[in-house]
Amino acid sequence: MLAFTLRRFLQAIGVMLAVGIIAFAMFRFAGDPVNQIVSIDTSAAERASIRQSLGLDDPVLVQFGRYFINALQFKFGVSYQFRLPVSSLLAERMPATLELAIVATIFAMVAGILMGVYSALRRDTILARLFQAISLIGISLPTFLIGILLIYLFAVTLGWLPSFGRGDVVKLGWWSTGLLTVSGWKAIIMPAITLGLFQMTLIMRLVRAEMLEVLRTDYIRFARARGLTTRAIHFGHALKNTLVPVITVAGLQFGSVIAFSIITETVFQWPGMGLLFVQAVQNVDIPIMAAYLLMVSLIFVTINLVVDILYTVVDPRLRSTVGRAA
Amino acid sequence: MTQPVLSVRNLEVEFVTRRANLRAINGVSFDIAKGEVLGVVGESGAGKSVTGLAVIGLIDPPGRISGGEIELSGTRIDHLPPEEIRRVRGKRIGMIFQDPLTSLNPLYRIGDQIIETIRTHTNLSESAARRRAIDLLAEVGIPAPEKRIDGYPHEFSGGMRQRVVIALAICAEPELIIADEPTTALDVSVQAQIIALIKRLGRDHGTAVMLVTHDMGVIAETCDRVAVMYSGRIAEIGPVQEVVRNPLHPYAKGLMGAIPTLAGEDKRLVQIPGAMPRLSAIPPGCPFNPRCAFAFDRCCIERPEPIRQGTQSVACHLFEPAKETAA
Repeated sequence: MLAFTLRRFLQAIGVMLAVGIIAFAMFRFAGDPVNQIVSIDTSAAERASIRQSLGLDDPVLVQFGRYFINALQFKFGVSYQFRLPVSSLLAERMPATLELAIVATIFAMVAGILMGVYSALRRDTILARLFQAISLIGISLPTFLIGILLIYLFAVTLGWLPSFGRGDVVKLGWWSTGLLTVSGWKAIIMPAITLGLFQMTLIMRLVRAEMLEVLRTDYIRFARARGLTTRAIHFGHALKNTLVPVITVAGLQFGSVIAFSIITETVFQWPGMGLLFVQAVQNVDIPIMAAYLLMVSLIFVTINLVVDILYTVVDPRLRSTVGRAA
Repeated sequence: MTQPVLSVRNLEVEFVTRRANLRAINGVSFDIAKGEVLGVVGESGAGKSVTGLAVIGLIDPPGRISGGEIELSGTRIDHLPPEEIRRVRGKRIGMIFQDPLTSLNPLYRIGDQIIETIRTHTNLSESAARRRAIDLLAEVGIPAPEKRIDGYPHEFSGGMRQRVVIALAICAEPELIIADEPTTALDVSVQAQIIALIKRLGRDHGTAVMLVTHDMGVIAETCDRVAVMYSGRIAEIGPVQEVVRNPLHPYAKGLMGAIPTLAGEDKRLVQIPGAMPRLSAIPPGCPFNPRCAFAFDRCCIERPEPIRQGTQSVACHLFEPAKETAA
């Protein structure tokens, strides 16, 4: 078990190294950084001194080593457009993105599992068919369209919810949270639904299919032959077996939720990392782009690691095979 | 005569499909007494397993019990509402399925599965149920039960898992155990142990056992009586020595003739020509008539009813008393 965790951890470090190389390469292929810092009428001597002060004269490997060591300390350089350290810009924006992603994922999982279980157990009811129809919409409509439709309905027509921003935030140390104020909750509802809808339908369909599959297995038939209550069979035996693949998908989807939040954050002008990234792309602000790439990969890799470990918690068969293989 | 534990009268099971209602069980009647082991044999698709599932009330739609009566110690159980038949399952009737590898939920410790079943049917406390579970595991022959109770199913071999399944089936001291091919998925050496175990449990607790199998060796060794099923009907039923040594029904004869013996290696095994008819194409009259060497006109028109012949009962026109035809 420990060896398994350790091996997965080393693999994660390998992935992060590869991503680091790509992030570093962005600086070199996206033009001369000096040109983006200085103005047109800077003299060649000044350019050379800037170049030297930034360490751009050093061999590539030395530069990469320096970038890498800095990145380990969460130093990603200075943003070209804001003239501020990228790390503090990201730290300022990250809570907004993570809160949105977490709320969206919780919404997707709770609603998805409930709807999936319901439509598997009561397959022929009208409500189950309605869920299927909703899931079709959620899976086929693009995120930005859903966001705009929600804004039109709840913000413009009904005026119940704000159309943009985070509402009032409360500072908890360096973390700014919108989850402690009423306006914060009001502001997060629509972006979270927009962001989580695709995941919700995915989870719902997965739970439904898995549940139907599990209900056909021998151990469910045997559980019925043992006279267990329907409730114990459905929500104890069947649901637990259904959740193994759901954990994988939900875990991997959490990464996509963060990545896809770029679109949702743009639609709702949510002050998160995604919005920062979109502005960085428009202004060729490479330090921010590179740092964003690193941060998102770090989150992805961490989630994968957690999901792998969670598996063994849910499924005892993996515990022993993992132990034997290690 | 004492009341039989299980009494099945004219049982009919239908599967409703878009085209037709297929009758999987057609007029099956039998009794099992306290402590008695009834073997049910027949080819695949003869209706052995469906009969067992019908008794325990686990026929799933589109199947349904369309006629007849099932009585358990004198109470009718075939038309009970779902919640009441659930209380019968596991408590008064225990069931053992064919494949022990897939009968246990892989994500739960075997102890938890046993305790859960015990506590569903009794009001024992958690710790009392755990002690009972350990006793049960010891009774079905699992070594070091107080340690193994916390194991997961995948940590047990096939034979050991079937022992756990048996422990689950008997944990509420049922009156009847239905064992649906309990040894088919196991090694031959393990088969003998499992059969001996089922036999011993039936004897010790006075439990009636309905043993579904297509292994004639198992039948001969274990059962008190045997029912030979063909195409959803009982062709012949009687004490095991009689039916094995002196089968009356042409199909039962064919079946017994197909048992290999070590002594008669110079003879070719007798085989029954043809295959059992599909449910959608059961011929009129006796369903065995297309394959029967003794068939005559009447067999293709009229369905034979069970006729008593000494201790045996056989559904064949050859034994019609008026005709006095010997086989």
